[in-house]
Amino acid sequence: MTSQESQQLNLVEEPSSEQAECVQYLTFMMAEEEYGIEILAVQEIRGWEPMTVIPNSPAFVKGVLNLRGTVVPVVDLRLRFQLSTVDYSEVTVVVIVKVCIEEAEKIMGIVVDAVSDVYNLDKGVVTRAPDVGETTNKPFIEGLIQVSDKMVVLLDLEKILDF
Amino acid sequence: MSIDLSQFYEVFIDESYEGLEIMESELLHLEPGDVDSEIINTIFRAAHSIKGGSGTFGFMAIADFTHVVETLLDQIRNGERELESLHIDLLLKSIDCLRGMLNAIQNDEPQESEEAESLRQQFQTILDGSTQKASQMEEKVVDSATVEQIEPGSVDSIWQIHFAPLPHLFRTGNEPLFIFEDLAALGDVTITAELDSIPGLSELHPEDSYLSWLIGLDTKADESAIKEVFEWVEDDATISYKLIAQIDDLNQLNAEDYEQDPEPLDSNSNVEPMVASAQAEKSSKSEISVKTMTKSKLTDGASAKVDSSSIRVGTDKVDSLINMVGELVITQAMLNELGEAEEFNQEKLLALREGLAQLSHNTRDLQESVMRIRMLPINFVFSRFPRLVRDISQKLDKKVEIKMLGEQTELDKTVMEKLSDPMVHLVRNSLDHGLEPPEERIAAGKNEIGTVTLNAYHQGGNIIIEIIDDGRGLNTSKIRDKAVTNGLIHADDELSDSEINELIFQPGFSTADEVSDLSGRGVGMDVVKRNINALNGTVDVDSSPGKGSTFTIRLPLTLAILDGQLVTLGSNVYIIPLVSIVESLQIEMNKVNSVGGGLDVLRLRDEYIPILRLYELFNHHDAQKKLDNGLLVVVESDNEKVGLLVDDLLAQQQFVIKSLEANYKKVDGISGATILGDGSVSLIVDISGLIQLAGLKKAGRQGLDFNKPLSEAV
Repeated sequence: MTSQESQQLNLVEEPSSEQAECVQYLTFMMAEEEYGIEILAVQEIRGWEPMTVIPNSPAFVKGVLNLRGTVVPVVDLRLRFQLSTVDYSEVTVVVIVKVCIEEAEKIMGIVVDAVSDVYNLDKGVVTRAPDVGETTNKPFIEGLIQVSDKMVVLLDLEKILDF
Repeated sequence: MSIDLSQFYEVFIDESYEGLEIMESELLHLEPGDVDSEIINTIFRAAHSIKGGSGTFGFMAIADFTHVVETLLDQIRNGERELESLHIDLLLKSIDCLRGMLNAIQNDEPQESEEAESLRQQFQTILDGSTQKASQMEEKVVDSATVEQIEPGSVDSIWQIHFAPLPHLFRTGNEPLFIFEDLAALGDVTITAELDSIPGLSELHPEDSYLSWLIGLDTKADESAIKEVFEWVEDDATISYKLIAQIDDLNQLNAEDYEQDPEPLDSNSNVEPMVASAQAEKSSKSEISVKTMTKSKLTDGASAKVDSSSIRVGTDKVDSLINMVGELVITQAMLNELGEAEEFNQEKLLALREGLAQLSHNTRDLQESVMRIRMLPINFVFSRFPRLVRDISQKLDKKVEIKMLGEQTELDKTVMEKLSDPMVHLVRNSLDHGLEPPEERIAAGKNEIGTVTLNAYHQGGNIIIEIIDDGRGLNTSKIRDKAVTNGLIHADDELSDSEINELIFQPGFSTADEVSDLSGRGVGMDVVKRNINALNGTVDVDSSPGKGSTFTIRLPLTLAILDGQLVTLGSNVYIIPLVSIVESLQIEMNKVNSVGGGLDVLRLRDEYIPILRLYELFNHHDAQKKLDNGLLVVVESDNEKVGLLVDDLLAQQQFVIKSLEANYKKVDGISGATILGDGSVSLIVDISGLIQLAGLKKAGRQGLDFNKPLSEAV
């Protein structure tokens, strides 16, 4: 069913076209919260490994790693969100993502506590984050979405990784 | 038949640029009045290919423009016209103009420009002048038989052309449709295909051509113009041209046998309906071509944004690469066999070692071969200078000869691209400031023609490029005065001549009394130096008054590979480029002085070397912090020496440079990254960036600002 057709149907039926705007999200855990990023941006998921420190970089840049010959910087999302730090464990993962920053495609890694799930989510039912003043993390949040009884925070990777 | 032609645009543009380069360099060999037919032919062929290509791809603005250029060249080639210096100038300008048009295609902009139009008119004026001459000449020898020589432009001729290609036409890559389109551009055209010789289906070979065509053409063009259309297929077809009728300006028919069928033609064909229908035919044809053009424009828009560059590689280089890969596969098979063996013994171990040695040998060869692919002869940069020198020397009214040596010296393509601008600047400077006007040269007892020599050669892992002029040399006292006025040095500083000469590379330095449009704005040499330093190279000047000056550019052959020294700082491993390392030594505390502000200097022979604590600059707190018995790597950048305090020295080896900026951003004091043997990433130290990071000021002379008070203190 094309989106045009579904729109026409929606005029007479209940708005229930989930296929039309369905996007897959990869979710991961950080400080007991579940966060989601679009799965198409994800290149691969790796275990945490020690990496080369970049001198004089912001604290949330953990360093660079070798991704099959490409030098990839890695950002600790906890530090980026100014959350408390935890020791890296065997479930700590680096999600390698491809983002477009200032018209250039960049490959970067983000460190998260653990990966959680993959959901098919309807972009149409995403609600905007509640407007509770200008917190530092607010620009990073694209929206909130309800999955069964949990709430997932959808992230705007481009803003997170543009520093 | 619909082939997306836009996929070939890139090739067309590359080839056209090449063609233009050929035209340019050949034109510079030409002197007025000199008609070396070989040179003219070369230029003509290049122009002709550009015209052909642009016509095929529908870049009509270029095709039309090249057409007039080509016509002029043709006349010179045939001896109908003397080559004048005006022609050379005009042709050179038209090359610039064509470059602009090609550029416009790449940027998806309209190709028409006022410049092109005005040049075209200039060509046309010259050409019109000639046709008159030519026709005057012809009038004298006019002969009823030589009807085809009748002055084109004023007489409508109706031609009947029989075009019967040989069966192999398509295999030579020719396309009759394009020929017909070209004909349609000359005038009204009617085309009838003759289907008689098509064999039965069982005998028909799909790649052969069985068709022939009968073409009626109503045109103002002369026979040579028509023949030109068929130029590409002359050898692959039987073509007969017959002039049927001529209609002069008064619309009178000079009919020879207009009503009669002149040849054993198709009995159905009649010239009159042909002429009548020609208009309709033509208009529908042009409509088609318009459609294809808009279509190609659309597809072009989608792909034009992709900024791809290509290089041409000699087959020998590719062949050697294939050989290497072959050897690599053999070695791999051999090692594989060893791995599959059931048991492992001493004999196998030896074989394994041998195999690994072979593998490392293969790898190095392969690496070298791959690098060679990126290497191009420096001629690609040099070739633009004859033109530049010609233009500038005309503007300055100086007589200059340019000599080029070592044009085949090979250099990495990326280095070459970045080398071009600094070199242009240096050559321009040599012409403007270095070489004297002819009178002055004669007065000084020199040849009135000045010489600028470009010389390139390899030395070790570097390429050396020298720009030598035999002009007046640098005026050291003037430079000195200027430097004092600009506050770069003190009036009582003692500087050697070479130190003074180095001052011209300081920002904001120009000794030209007047600002010309060529040079003298003082934004020059420092930019040249910065650009060349950015390529890990150096630029020096050597000058002797009255004899001339030599600028020497020294560059690494490639940017992709670097010889480096591994050093450790606590748990971190860094690489210092070997070219910048002067020496490494253990610090003796009795030679260390503190100059305040937390800065220590080391007395090394007769110099004072500031010590940079690398752990401090890079914020590594697990590193060795004591100076006593610490290791100091003395490095040099921009004629400044500094010592870097490190924990330990590891191996020296070659590293493949990886970009850090590709995925991250520029880091102060770091020029790039590389992957070490264990797979971890290591960062490469950028010495000049480090000096800036440390906040050490640059001085107008060797050494540093604080050097002076210190030497007084000690």
